[in-house]
Amino acid sequence: MLILQQLRPLMPELALSMLGLVLLLVEAFVKRKDIVAALAFLGAFAAIFSLKFVSFGPSFNGMFISDGYSIFFKLIFFVNLILSILMSVRYLKTEESFHGEYYCLLVFSTIGMMVMASAGNLITLFLGLELMALSTYVLAGFLRHDGNSTEAAVKYFLTGGFSTALLLYGIALVYGATGSMDLRQIAVYMSEHDINGNPMAVIALVLMASAFAFKIAAVPFHMWAPDVYEGAPTPVTSFMSIGPKAAGFAVLGRVFLYAFCTLHVQWETIFIVLSVLTMSVGSVMALVQTNIKRMLAYSSIAHAGYVLVGLIAGAPEGISASMNYLLIYTFMNIGAFSVILLLNTKEFKALQISDLSGLGRAHPLVGVAMLICMFSLTGIPPMAGFIGKFYVFMAAVRSGYLWLTIVAVMFSVVSAFFYLRIVMYMYMKEPQRPQMVLVPSNALSVSLAVSVVFVLLIGVMPERFLEFAKAAVEKILLNQ
Amino acid sequence: MNDAVVCQVSLEQSYLLTEAILLPVVAALVMLFINKERQSVIKWFALIVTIANAGIVVPLFTCFDKSSAHMQFVARYDWIKAWQISYYVGVDGISVLFVLLSAIVAILCVTVSWTSVKDKVKEFYIAILLIEGAMIGVFSALDMFLFYMFWEAMLIPMYLLIGIWGGPNRLYAAVKFFLYTLTGSVLMLLGVITIYLTTGTFDMVRLMSTQLPLNMQMVLFWAFFAAFAVKVPMFPVHTWLPDAHTEAPTAGSVILAAILIKMGAYGFLRFSLPMFPDASQSMATVMIALSVIAIIYGGIICLSQKDLKRLIAYSSVSHMGFVTLGIFSLNMQGMEGGILQMINHGVITGALFLCVGMVYERSHTRQISDYGGLADVMPVFAAFFMVFTFASIGLPATNGFVGEFLIIVGGFTANKTAGILSATGVIIGAVYMLWLYQKVFYTGVNEKIAGLSDVNLREVITLVPLLILVFWIGVYPSAFTGFMDASVTALLVKLKGGDMHALLTHTLK
Repeated sequence: MLILQQLRPLMPELALSMLGLVLLLVEAFVKRKDIVAALAFLGAFAAIFSLKFVSFGPSFNGMFISDGYSIFFKLIFFVNLILSILMSVRYLKTEESFHGEYYCLLVFSTIGMMVMASAGNLITLFLGLELMALSTYVLAGFLRHDGNSTEAAVKYFLTGGFSTALLLYGIALVYGATGSMDLRQIAVYMSEHDINGNPMAVIALVLMASAFAFKIAAVPFHMWAPDVYEGAPTPVTSFMSIGPKAAGFAVLGRVFLYAFCTLHVQWETIFIVLSVLTMSVGSVMALVQTNIKRMLAYSSIAHAGYVLVGLIAGAPEGISASMNYLLIYTFMNIGAFSVILLLNTKEFKALQISDLSGLGRAHPLVGVAMLICMFSLTGIPPMAGFIGKFYVFMAAVRSGYLWLTIVAVMFSVVSAFFYLRIVMYMYMKEPQRPQMVLVPSNALSVSLAVSVVFVLLIGVMPERFLEFAKAAVEKILLNQ
Repeated sequence: MNDAVVCQVSLEQSYLLTEAILLPVVAALVMLFINKERQSVIKWFALIVTIANAGIVVPLFTCFDKSSAHMQFVARYDWIKAWQISYYVGVDGISVLFVLLSAIVAILCVTVSWTSVKDKVKEFYIAILLIEGAMIGVFSALDMFLFYMFWEAMLIPMYLLIGIWGGPNRLYAAVKFFLYTLTGSVLMLLGVITIYLTTGTFDMVRLMSTQLPLNMQMVLFWAFFAAFAVKVPMFPVHTWLPDAHTEAPTAGSVILAAILIKMGAYGFLRFSLPMFPDASQSMATVMIALSVIAIIYGGIICLSQKDLKRLIAYSSVSHMGFVTLGIFSLNMQGMEGGILQMINHGVITGALFLCVGMVYERSHTRQISDYGGLADVMPVFAAFFMVFTFASIGLPATNGFVGEFLIIVGGFTANKTAGILSATGVIIGAVYMLWLYQKVFYTGVNEKIAGLSDVNLREVITLVPLLILVFWIGVYPSAFTGFMDASVTALLVKLKGGDMHALLTHTLK
């Protein structure tokens, strides 16, 4: 019984682990890989409901924490997983790289993210991070016959390994400085002892910040992102630009805002610099991209900068603004990637922005969907992106970071330029090819429709989502 | 009797403005499902919707209580409780005329595009309808967040309108327009957030009676100035306007000239003056200086234009200079003149752009040098154009005269130099408009335009309502200034303190 009690907080992870194992088995025996995909989708969809039965509280001696905060992130991971499965079905077929392991890896990577979001101990955090990272390395190189994909995987693996080393070193130093790996005890130790002057703690802080900055692709730790995003299979790019990033933010929030909250002054400076660099480099570099995946990679970097602004604004409002932003970003980014995937056929890979020419005329509905996603990414009402930015900016201004907010809004104007360029190609340029082929795919259409509906829904009626994000932060454990 | 029954509606929660905002938006969504090949169905549908919407807003004109400075036709519902945001709409004497003008302009945009838009017809009318909803929304929103939503949302269809159906250089113009206005808007957004964090409300009516500390007023004044000055456009940030106006399709130019640039001046009246009264007063001289520069600079640039649309676009810079001059002269005559001149400019410049669009549809050239002797070729058209030219110059008995006269009186009272300089702007205006008229309509018939057909019935019907307005406002302005008296007086009392009665006796009546 006691064991069962301890397992209840782990319901989502358990459900997904089971799904992952079942998928591995089924994949070995079933010839028609469509069935694996369908099973993955149904299983993940069913697993979402496990969130309802989760009990809150620490378990396994505080190694694992289940609270509103982790539930919110797990919801993002679920949305990301389910929509990514839908996005992948057609892509794997056209790329003729249809292996059932693909879905297992998506599922296991998601489990890793969930463990990260629930980590109450630096060891759990590290385990989750590695599970997530290893699965994503393989996913990035999933197209074995494609040189770009392999290159992306190697790059991702090397830089990822580097950041893991930094993280481990940081963890070791934290243990040295505080004598504990448990986040709660670290926080207690830090509040009881004056640790400000301890160089070991400061170095640990810098190392861990750098490691997480790698994961969220914050400048100057972003170098891997454009290449990896470009080379990886497109649905994986979409998956990677949301999941690992959100997971990175989940641990950033828990570790820095709560465990290291006494070192606030030190990490605040680091994050302000990171945030400004991330927004500026992301936005400016996106301006000159011609490859659409690269452009979205830089755009994703820029958005991480806005999320960082919320994190800097601090708890509770800033962090719930960041979480809200990540949820919204999930939908608009998946919407954009779905459109790109719709254009991906055997004969023709839509890779350049100019490949979108005339899309608005040839396929009005797809065009409108992309239009909505692009304006949402820019942050124009009544799309959800505006609500996300508004909340983050409000939190930042309230916490007194007016200058940072001014920088943020200015770069969001810069970013308008490259999102508008996509709209311009879709609606204002003549198609380069006589006939724009677009093979319909039910799964892709669903992922696109769901994203667009949520982008509009959150944009016009954000109330429930805002309350959800707010409640999630109020129910965070570790709060002193 | 019937009137009384209809008018009682305006006292309680009124659905009128909500209907006027939602009808075009819903109609645009419905239009998505009309087959794009059935173009005439789409056109008639758009026309009926815009006319119906004008019908909906008629009670604003007939039932508006002119003696009250309060918000009327108010509707309010909770929207985002987490931030105390409500859906809150209503009109007062300052905004009511703009709602009416928006409804009329939308109809004209549909009729003028009837044959000139041949490509992507369905998308075009969807954009027009969405713009109409957003325009009415901007002028009736009483919640800052709601206001900002409409204000920004309007950029999307406007960007598409310029970029898809515009002239040869449309891509450049559309992006420039979008980025300029967005830059201003995001600074205003920071202002909106600051106000909310200071006062805890987005409710504009409550904010108008809230006193903010002076240094904060100053910062906010400039933050909002960034947004409004770009839209007006005021002197240093006006450069998007000639490009956007010139490249936009006729309907787009008309919306830009008649409504969109009015939003900036409306913003000064709705936000800057009542919410930051002390800052507005101390900045009035700067604003007047910028206005006078715009009047004269805009006028002089007009003298050297070779492109018909570009000339009219630059004349907007000059005319909007008059408007901001009137507003920041901070007296009864100036402000009423400013508001009236906004309506006038919407009517006149809207009409001029319609005219240019009509002739462009026939000749496919906008170069002034390609014209000449058009009065012989298109006599009816020439007559219309002449009336609007005179109204633009400000000839007595036309609406332009009333507006400019009031503004110059107001400007003179506020600052003598500004009064004198702005009066020279009227002369420059006469020079370039008459010069334009002479080059285009007189002299020998240019062979490039020989044989053009005169305006047809649809085009006459498009121009006649504006013609009526030109003379109606010109001859009997109190029918329109009457709407503003109470609200402008209340605003001035708020600005200057003092006795309402003394202010009223100063008015020109």
